[in-house]
Amino acid sequence: MSSYLGYFLIMLGLINASLLVISKPVFSRITSNYDSIIQSTSKLQFPLLLASFVCLILSFLYDDFSLKYVSSNSNSSLPFYYKISATWAGHEGSMLLWCLILSFWMYLASKYSKSLDGRFRNSFLSILGLLNIGFLIFLAFTSNPFERNISIPIDGKDLNPLLQDFGLIIHPPMLYMGYVGLSVVFSFAVACLIHRDFSPELARWIRPWALASWSFLTLGIALGSWWAYYELGWGGWWFWDPVENASFMPWLITTALIHSLITCEQKSMFKNWTIILAILAFSLSVLGTFLVRSGILISVHSFANDPARGIYILLFLAAILGVALYIYFKNSSFMNDNLKFKLLSRESFFLINNILLVTATFTILLGTIYPLILDLLGLEKISIGTPYYNAVFLPIMTPAIILAGYVPLMLYLKNKRNFELLKHIYLSVGIILLFTLPSIYFLDEYNMLVLLGIFIFVWVICNLIYYIYKMYKESKNMNLLKNKLGMIFSHIGLAVFVLGATVVESNNLEQELVMSPGQVVKLKNYQFKLNQLSEYEGPNYTSVKADFVIYRNDEIIAEVFPEKRLYNSSEMPMTEAGIAPKINGDLYITLGNLISENKWSVRIYFKPMVRLIWLGAILMFIGGIISILTRKQLILSTK
Amino acid sequence: MKKRSRRTITVSIAIISLGLLFYFFVQTFSDNLLFFRSPSQINQTEFPQGYIFRVGGMVKNESIERSRDSTLVNFVITDYSEEIKVNYRGILPDLFREGQGVVVRGFLNEDGTFTAEEVLAKHDETYMPPEVADSLQEKNTSYDQTTKSLRFD
Repeated sequence: MSSYLGYFLIMLGLINASLLVISKPVFSRITSNYDSIIQSTSKLQFPLLLASFVCLILSFLYDDFSLKYVSSNSNSSLPFYYKISATWAGHEGSMLLWCLILSFWMYLASKYSKSLDGRFRNSFLSILGLLNIGFLIFLAFTSNPFERNISIPIDGKDLNPLLQDFGLIIHPPMLYMGYVGLSVVFSFAVACLIHRDFSPELARWIRPWALASWSFLTLGIALGSWWAYYELGWGGWWFWDPVENASFMPWLITTALIHSLITCEQKSMFKNWTIILAILAFSLSVLGTFLVRSGILISVHSFANDPARGIYILLFLAAILGVALYIYFKNSSFMNDNLKFKLLSRESFFLINNILLVTATFTILLGTIYPLILDLLGLEKISIGTPYYNAVFLPIMTPAIILAGYVPLMLYLKNKRNFELLKHIYLSVGIILLFTLPSIYFLDEYNMLVLLGIFIFVWVICNLIYYIYKMYKESKNMNLLKNKLGMIFSHIGLAVFVLGATVVESNNLEQELVMSPGQVVKLKNYQFKLNQLSEYEGPNYTSVKADFVIYRNDEIIAEVFPEKRLYNSSEMPMTEAGIAPKINGDLYITLGNLISENKWSVRIYFKPMVRLIWLGAILMFIGGIISILTRKQLILSTK
Repeated sequence: MKKRSRRTITVSIAIISLGLLFYFFVQTFSDNLLFFRSPSQINQTEFPQGYIFRVGGMVKNESIERSRDSTLVNFVITDYSEEIKVNYRGILPDLFREGQGVVVRGFLNEDGTFTAEEVLAKHDETYMPPEVADSLQEKNTSYDQTTKSLRFD
């Protein structure tokens, strides 16, 4: 029953969004009060789709296998929390989640946009409505989660065991919050173009939205990486996989956007550039959907494939990008950017930041879609290896990250005493090298990458601490510091991430071997003893569980239980890693396969400082949220 | 005059360094291209000794031979017209099994066998790597039939 209602609600959503879009051109002739239609329809969309989403959750909870989507992604023996998360585990459900989140953003945009000019606001919300229609058509006609089975199966096929995991409960909603939040930024940019107005006030209004999308993207990507780390059982945290790239590209562009928006707001500069970035960011997030959902990718993460869906998304992408760029070229003349600025200024450094980030994005884009284009042309089947990304990405991003540590301080000092600047640079490089070089002794193996990572970490942290100290000491103005707090958090998060990523990539230890119970293996100064293997029954799987005791210098420091599970309904084997987090890194064990009786192949890793990667991402997320909150206060207090 | 010659120098330095960067970029890009071949295509292309590329196809039924005391494993990849022997030392993915589509990365030995450095199988039992599906289709094997047989085996 709930399934009919769910589809009906999607259709109502489609009608509602259409009403929103046509209300300005159509109702404006009949009634002068079409504003209220736009406002109420843009708010109504969210409850409609939420109700539809709840219907789908209920279908999962009540094991309604008459629905194709439920029967192919759930099973009666699945624990109830995975039944709920299975709602967005497959293609159709995740598209419903996408539409739900889109309507949620539209609700927020409608609620908090009262300060905008009425006509501007109407166009802004109408464009959001158009995007809603585009995705709802996609949902209703190519990916209907409420489609019925011709014959009702007795039980479902079960959720892919890889997705039966806590990380996968929260990863997609967070990532989608980020992806879809960019639709607000996009609609806003197009509305600016239509109304030929992109004043500093408008830039100030949109920045929290860009920051919010950025924060959720950061968290979503980090959660995905965390999930891949412990669930795929390869100990990797980033694979330069096309699906990962698809989420990383919008992140990079949004990072550039939140910086260039500051320039728009404070100096009314880089307006053309910012509008282009806003359009690009959302286009890349739609491109990401296309890449993931079309099945065109050869990827470790790609789960769905259907060419018709791919074609629809590609056409949709072409349409929004084409229309946005058309309006841009037609109307952009109102933004006459004054491009005169000094070398040592915020503008010039933000420009460098933007150029680096956009270049990085395009190198990733090339690596991601070049193989697809060659394949579509029928020329050659290729893929681009990880070394390409490392070789190209690191040199581009290194200067950007070094600047991220230094520019806030430099801009602050510049206002005070220009001539001391050079002295300060020499001094800080010297001090920081002094900090960095001794750390060689604390590492077992060191190389240029680790050294660079430690240097960047110390550099960013020291500069920011000095910055806080200076600002506090000289101005005693806590408000100034409060406004910078979000930025400080995010930049520290970046430094923490860099430290974790460089150390784990160069000092990671790995051993693959065959073990039988009682055997002891040494890795670094750790001993791993395989105590015993036992079997047990889980709620919907059977499992072989190994019991490893880890010693360090003959002292027990941890016990882990890696597993090999076999899921009952899908007969899919699954590796569950056994991970012992320690201060200096993770000890990570996975079971391979049964070699012969009682002998298992085993993979043992030492992953130094790997958790800093996600800690850094969390700090960046917190920084983004702080920025939004402090800005809100700032705006309220100036009113 | 002085100003002009300075500008010429600046511009030419900029062009040269951009050119070098571009050269480096193209070099890295082409160095890291991994070509894909089906078992039937391997004989058609000459790769230099030790050249790394990828081979994809189905793991032939009853072809997996595991060593009894190490992680060494031998198996045969087939596209239902030609096949190639693969050896691999390491832990195989969870979904590696006979009749499953796989992609391996490695190099060709002189005796015509393939040494894999990495084996990829997908996280879904009905999944077939697109490349494998394509090359099977070229071999006039019905894609649907292969997926069906995979699904129910």
